[in-house]
Amino acid sequence: MKLAYFTERPYRWLDEDEVLKNKAFFALSNQHFDHHKAADDYNYFLDEYCYAEELGFDAVALNEHHGNPFCMGSVMNVEASILARITSKVKIVLIGNPLPVIKHPLRMAEELAEIDLISRGRLVTGWVRGAGSEQFFNNANPAYNREMFNEAHDFIVQAWTKPGPWRYEGKHFHYRHVNPWALPYQKPHPPMWIPGVLSPETVLWCAQHRYPYIGLGTALGPTCDLWDIYADEAAKLGYQAGPENFGYLIPSFVAETDEKAQELGRNFVYGGGQNAFSRPEHTLPPGYNSKGAIKMLARHPGGSWLGVNPDKLREAKDGELRPETDYGVVRKKLLSGYQKVQNNHQLIIGSPKTVLPKLKLLLQILRPGVFVFFNIQGKVSNEDRLTSMRLIANEVMPELREYAKEIDLPDSYQRTPGSVALQTGVSPAPVADRGPLEELALR
Amino acid sequence: MANWTETTVNVGGTGVVLIRGGSGKPLFMLHDELGFPGWVTWNEALAEDHEFFIPLQPGCGKTPRVDWIRNYRDLGGFYARMIREMGLDPVNIIAFSAGGYAAAEMAAADPGMFRHLVLVAPMGIKPEEGEIADIFPLTIRTHMRATVADINTPEFGDIYGGEMTPEQFEAFEDARAEAARIGWEPYMHNPSLPYLLEGAKGLSALLVWGSADAIVPKGCIDSYKGAVANAQVATIEGVGHRPEIEHSAEFVRVVRDYLAS
Repeated sequence: MKLAYFTERPYRWLDEDEVLKNKAFFALSNQHFDHHKAADDYNYFLDEYCYAEELGFDAVALNEHHGNPFCMGSVMNVEASILARITSKVKIVLIGNPLPVIKHPLRMAEELAEIDLISRGRLVTGWVRGAGSEQFFNNANPAYNREMFNEAHDFIVQAWTKPGPWRYEGKHFHYRHVNPWALPYQKPHPPMWIPGVLSPETVLWCAQHRYPYIGLGTALGPTCDLWDIYADEAAKLGYQAGPENFGYLIPSFVAETDEKAQELGRNFVYGGGQNAFSRPEHTLPPGYNSKGAIKMLARHPGGSWLGVNPDKLREAKDGELRPETDYGVVRKKLLSGYQKVQNNHQLIIGSPKTVLPKLKLLLQILRPGVFVFFNIQGKVSNEDRLTSMRLIANEVMPELREYAKEIDLPDSYQRTPGSVALQTGVSPAPVADRGPLEELALR
Repeated sequence: MANWTETTVNVGGTGVVLIRGGSGKPLFMLHDELGFPGWVTWNEALAEDHEFFIPLQPGCGKTPRVDWIRNYRDLGGFYARMIREMGLDPVNIIAFSAGGYAAAEMAAADPGMFRHLVLVAPMGIKPEEGEIADIFPLTIRTHMRATVADINTPEFGDIYGGEMTPEQFEAFEDARAEAARIGWEPYMHNPSLPYLLEGAKGLSALLVWGSADAIVPKGCIDSYKGAVANAQVATIEGVGHRPEIEHSAEFVRVVRDYLAS
């Protein structure tokens, strides 16, 4: 199993009330941006990733979002390029480049090839569709999001593997002369891990391409459902899916004591946390979701989209102006959610002794070959962030590695995804262990 | 009010769902970017002396999406083919908002296709002053409310009031998705349209606009007026983007007068 370190690189210098007033991180005015503090933090977060390498994490993971203090990584390839040079062992995992909003797959192929070359083959490149808000920020037509994702991906693979020069005239992208001089260090190309938040279409696409799918802190029951969708599709294609096909990212924070961890861990809901990523009108641009997803949303509002929960959707739907908001009340509500997600094991907070059994339980249920620790959001000091990393690395990871061996969780380097043949008509073996879900009333 | 029927017309292999109703001179109607709102008071009034032909736009629910239609000019070309193949030309046309954008593209390409052109709060030209409201980063409900000056207008409540059913939600999303697909960039306008309209010989138009329109600013109407030499403007005071609903009597009066001219 590979253990990875991830942070959103949160902007930590905002007055929380500003986020609450805006009802989201996205679209908060950049008049609140402090370039001195940001300069410090961009450098600090690079140091933090180096520290992760020093502590023994197998991989460091980056992402990007646009126009959003929730995540300072606006152009993750810039950070990945620097890490390629200043680290020496860790895999550099991108989860992932938002192909449809970047809208330039040839440039993307060149950038990533350079990162892979500088790192001498340590790049793991992932792709995403980009959050709904990113469509607005980058003026990317949401109705073509999936088409552009698929076309850009297929183009990049060709650009890396088909000798040039050649001409490309697709539906959304057009290049007269495809012949990138810099090609990836890894052959035929860097591995690809695809992150997602419960879109069945993405899971099917991953299974078809034999790419590991990384669940981004999604609820355990629905995540098991998706694993099954992947495994069923894999079976149709003649292979048995296993841990090498799955990864899971979990928000987690560890301190010396449970009390301290709980106190600081509240920062996962700072400003509303992940549910306040963007307001519903920015989260669900027209045409962004598939017909199937829209049908589901029409019948069960508040489903699985980043930034949408039933309350927010109802509020947006009603479109009423609210009376003066009491932010104290809003904070209390957020904190009740903090406990709820912990109860459901979607947020792991505590001392090493407390978090270890919970993390093992996640491994038992989801059987991922890649496990990613997502460090704290909000206003937490460098020292406390680093302490959490150190405690995870020194007091949690050794036992998790042993446990992964014991229950046989090979990663995609140990066993190539899609390499275990399955005869036609044979049902696939289970890819998740749902037993504890019922026992512990997890959803 | 059930003076209409629903049929399907084949246009280049696409089954276009068509609402037909009334009797008299044909009146081809293009609905707006929220989809066809249904047969309402103003339709019933004009149906006394006009026969409505209302195609439900491809991709907005009942009529399947046509993949090669990638902008409003393509959509205009599709409708032009429909009109020609149905033998309706030259025809009277009334078109609303983004539907007006498609109609203007048709008029620019072939002004002889129309007897009368009524554009109600049309998008399609970038206004010199003001902006066409960005309807995409809005929830459906907020968008709908922005289309009228008075949300207590009875007919507005009849059409959009109450709890939104899952079917309505899907229909709105279909329409909004199609509007985004073909109108995202440049946003709901075509920079070449005013120049092409200027050269559309013999074209006349009635531009209907509500003085409290929060979606299409007066600048759009001014730009259309500048591009179409023989255009007249009917401003209906105090109403928003849906004058046909907010003040249907006045709306019917100005449109009927123009169509009879």
